Order: sequence, then C-alpha cells, then structure tokens
Amino acid sequence: MSVLLSAQDLRLAFGGVKAADGINLDVMEREFLAIIGPNGAGKTTFINMTTGHLTPQGGSIRYEGKELLGMKPRAIVRLGIARSFQLPQLFTEHTVLENAAMAVAAREGAFSPFRPLLRPAFREEAEDLLNRFGLLPAADRRADALNEGTRKLTDIAMAVAMKPKLLLMDEPTSGVAAADKMAVVETLARVLRDAGVTAVFVEHDMDVVGRIADRVAVWGQGRIAALGPPGQILNDPVVQREVIGIRAGEVPHAAA
Amino acid sequence: MNARLEILAGILGAAVLVLLAYAAPWLRFVLTIALAKGIMVLGILLLLRAGQVSFGHAMYVAIAAYSVAFIAPHMREALLLLPLAAVISAAAGLLIGLFVMRYREIFFGMLNLALSMVFYSLLEKLYTVTHGTDGIRLPVPTFLGRELAGASYEWAVFALALVLAACFAVVVRIYLAAPLGQALAGIKTREARLEFMGVPGRFVLLAAYVLSALMAGCGGTIIALTSRHVTPALAYWTASGELVFIAILGGAGSVLGAFLGAVVYELTRVYAAANLADAWQLILGSVLLLVILFAPGGLFGIAQGLLRRRKAA
Repeated sequence: MSVLLSAQDLRLAFGGVKAADGINLDVMEREFLAIIGPNGAGKTTFINMTTGHLTPQGGSIRYEGKELLGMKPRAIVRLGIARSFQLPQLFTEHTVLENAAMAVAAREGAFSPFRPLLRPAFREEAEDLLNRFGLLPAADRRADALNEGTRKLTDIAMAVAMKPKLLLMDEPTSGVAAADKMAVVETLARVLRDAGVTAVFVEHDMDVVGRIADRVAVWGQGRIAALGPPGQILNDPVVQREVIGIRAGEVPHAAA
Repeated sequence: MNARLEILAGILGAAVLVLLAYAAPWLRFVLTIALAKGIMVLGILLLLRAGQVSFGHAMYVAIAAYSVAFIAPHMREALLLLPLAAVISAAAGLLIGLFVMRYREIFFGMLNLALSMVFYSLLEKLYTVTHGTDGIRLPVPTFLGRELAGASYEWAVFALALVLAACFAVVVRIYLAAPLGQALAGIKTREARLEFMGVPGRFVLLAAYVLSALMAGCGGTIIALTSRHVTPALAYWTASGELVFIAILGGAGSVLGAFLGAVVYELTRVYAAANLADAWQLILGSVLLLVILFAPGGLFGIAQGLLRRRKAA
C-alpha cells in the first residue's frame, strides 16, 4: 500500500491554544483511519486544514505527492478529497434524491443551465447511490423531514457522489440513535470499501472504531499521542485512561 | 401543477390578454405595462429562490429605458433597440453583481437599494444630460423599418411584450429545473455545502443576477417603447418595491404567478386610482397583508388550490 496523504509537522495555534503542534501522519491508500481524542485536541482542525478551510502556520500536507497548502477548498475538492460533516449539511428544501443528484451534477461540472437536474443519467446515478446506502425508501422525502441517521447517511452519500479517493468524515455517527448506529456504520463501511475509498474519520464511539477502523490515531493537545491497529490502541491502558475515560480493571463499554 | 397543464394555462392566459386588449383598446397600454412588469418580476423570482430580495432592481429597468432614450434619436429600430438596451442592462448587472455577490440577505437588499438610489439621484441631478425630472421624450420607433402609428404601433409593442414574456417564462422555467437553478435554493438552505461540492455559490447567484438584470432591461425597454417618455421615477425605490410586491402577490414560486400578479396589480391600480384615488394604496397594502397571512403561495397558489379541490370533488 502506498501513502495517499502525508502530513508533515503541521502547526496551528489559535491564540495560546495549540490545535496542531507538530502533526506527522501518513494515510495509506484504501485504509480506514480513525481519529480519536478528547474535545479540543485538534481533530476537526486536522480535517479543516486538509480541506483547505484552515491554513496551518507551518508544515505541509501532500496528497499523491502534491502540496495542498495554499490551494483553495474548491480546488482540493476537485483533486478527489471530499468531506462530510458533524452536523449534516443538506439542501433542506430539496428531496434526498435531489440532494444526491446535486452532488452528481457538481462532480460532472455540469451546471448546465438548460437541462433538468433530474435528467435520466443523473437520476439513475443518484438512485444507484441511494440504493447502496439503503436510502432509496427515503428518496422522495424532503431533507428537513429525516431522522438524524438518515440525514447523516445522506450527507455522506453526497460526499461519496463526488467519487472521492479520500473521504474525511467528522463524527459520522454522532447524533444517530444508539439502536441505528451499528446498522449505519456497517452500511457505510460496506459502501466505502466497495468504492475503494480511503476514509479518515473522527469518532467518539469506541465500538464503531473497533468495528471498522484499520488504524487508530489518538489526538492529544495538537499532537498524535499514539498510532496503531485498534486492537493495540484501544487496549492501551494510557489511552483508556486519557481518552476513553475508563479506569484499569473496568469493563470497556460503549462511550457516549 | 404538471408541465402540460402549466403550458395550457400560459397559452390560455395569453389568449385572454389578447382578447382583452382587442375588446378594450385603452387596456392595451395597461396590459403592455403589466407584461413588462411580469418580465421584470421573473428576475425577482430567481433571486427569491436564492432567498435574496433586491430592493433595487428598478435601476436595471431605468438603465435600459434611458439607453433606449439616448439611442433612439440616432437609431429608431425597435427590434435593435431592445437587444441593445437589454445587453447594456445585463452588462451593468454583471459589473454591479460582481460586487453585491459578496453580500446576502438584508445587506444584499440594502446594497441594491442604495445603488439604485444613487442612480436615481444621478438621473435627477445631471440635468444637462438627462433633463432631470422632466425626463426625455422618445421619437416613435420603427418596427422592421416600418413607420407605425396609433393603434398599429400599440399592437406592435404589445405583441413584442407578449412574445418576450412567453420566451422568458419558458427560459426561466427550464433554468429553474436545471442544476444551476436548483442550486439557487441551495444558496438559501446550505451555501456551505455548495462550496464543499466544488461549486462556487457566488457564481450561481451571479448567473441568476445577470439574467435578472437582462429581464429587467427587457421590461424597461418595453416601458420606454410604450410610454415613449422616460423619467427618473423609473429607478425610484418604490418602483423596485413594486416588483417585490408583485412577486409575492402572484406567488413567489411560480413563473405564471409573476404574470398573474402583474396583470392583477396593474388592473387594480388603474381601476382603483380612477375610482378611489385616495385609498388605492391602502387597498394594495391590505391585499398584500392578506396574501402574506393567508395565502403564502400568492394568487397562483390560490388558483392551484381551487383546481386541486375541484379535482378532488
């Protein structure tokens, strides 16, 4: 496996708070990398720097050998880096199908003024995408009338519609009802693996991390405190105490 | 309402207008103005889709009307004056649009208002160029080189307005269904998402803004051709407000609503001004209030509702 994304010595401080204090991270092609860590550790900041929405004060981020720093967010999207959001960013006056079709149209660059959005090609692709995510039953519902799990999946489906190589997800399962969570995660993992997408995701639920991550990076005060396979990281007593918040001897359970 | 029914309603509406103009000659002028305003309101509709209200679009109407007034003494062909004035208006829309695109909502609305009032003041104060509030009288334009007078000239302008209205109604209908038009609603609900999909929101809005300036320009040209007298009042802020008023009265979501609203508005204005000179603005205000409170879909929404009820019964 080759390196897809390589961050070197990223530094960014908000006043006195160091959100990135020398981040070094290589993301391998087709892996699922989970980012865990306490609030304020700089997890979302890392996503924002990679997508061009925050500019680090030092360091470099290379994607397929190409320097991303200094590029506009829209240019980065076109390289094949998509992201989904902690709070789903949907077009709430459109149906789920139209939301997906908008993403397809955006990828095609076909903001043609005189052919309908739901032209056969776009509609078929959007329906196929929704089908893979199990969202077809909700296709004709307006995006503001969905439950959180469906909203999250729609949000991620729109990112996948861009056919990205690298997908950055900010807490894909937060806000999803506990009963739906594993189903959502399984669906997500299956679709992304089938599409050959490399995924980097911030996650607080250690069950989810253990289930789908290939590697886990532990963030702490703007640095990577630990990095390795989930079996090793999630059982590390220091990580358990500092990040997951369980004391030695306690049985691990799903974190909130 | 499905597409076929909408086309049918459009053709029917056009036929009614022609009949009215034929039956009551003095209505020709009123209906020509109404069609011109309907075309302008289509532009307001586009911006409303994006959640933006412009209180300054009368500026583009006036830019086109004054362009006609300045060019007409040198070149009187109406079918050349129209595209010239429309392009000048659209070019102004592009230039100003590049600037106002940075703003949204109240700032967008107020900036358009401010710019239009600056333009109004210029028209009023630059007496040597614009003749101030006296305005400029136009020579009678020719149609395809033919000198027309009286009723035949009025019919020609009316027909031009009707054809333009039909063309723009179709164009706007198609535009709104296309990704570029659908993305307008995306600006209202989640502009950040557009950006994250690699689509610049400002470009989406700018395209609609330029199209709206073009349509305002065409409407302004019709006004200039039919009244043959342009004054700074065309650019005054109440003229801009009137367009927003008609958009809401007719139904902010529909192409046909723009024309329905414009015709009802103009007819009400003419009859009310004749019979209730002191109260007609009060009447219009009350109607707007009632529409906002009880029929947010506007007149077109009411018509749709009646149709649906009859189908159900």
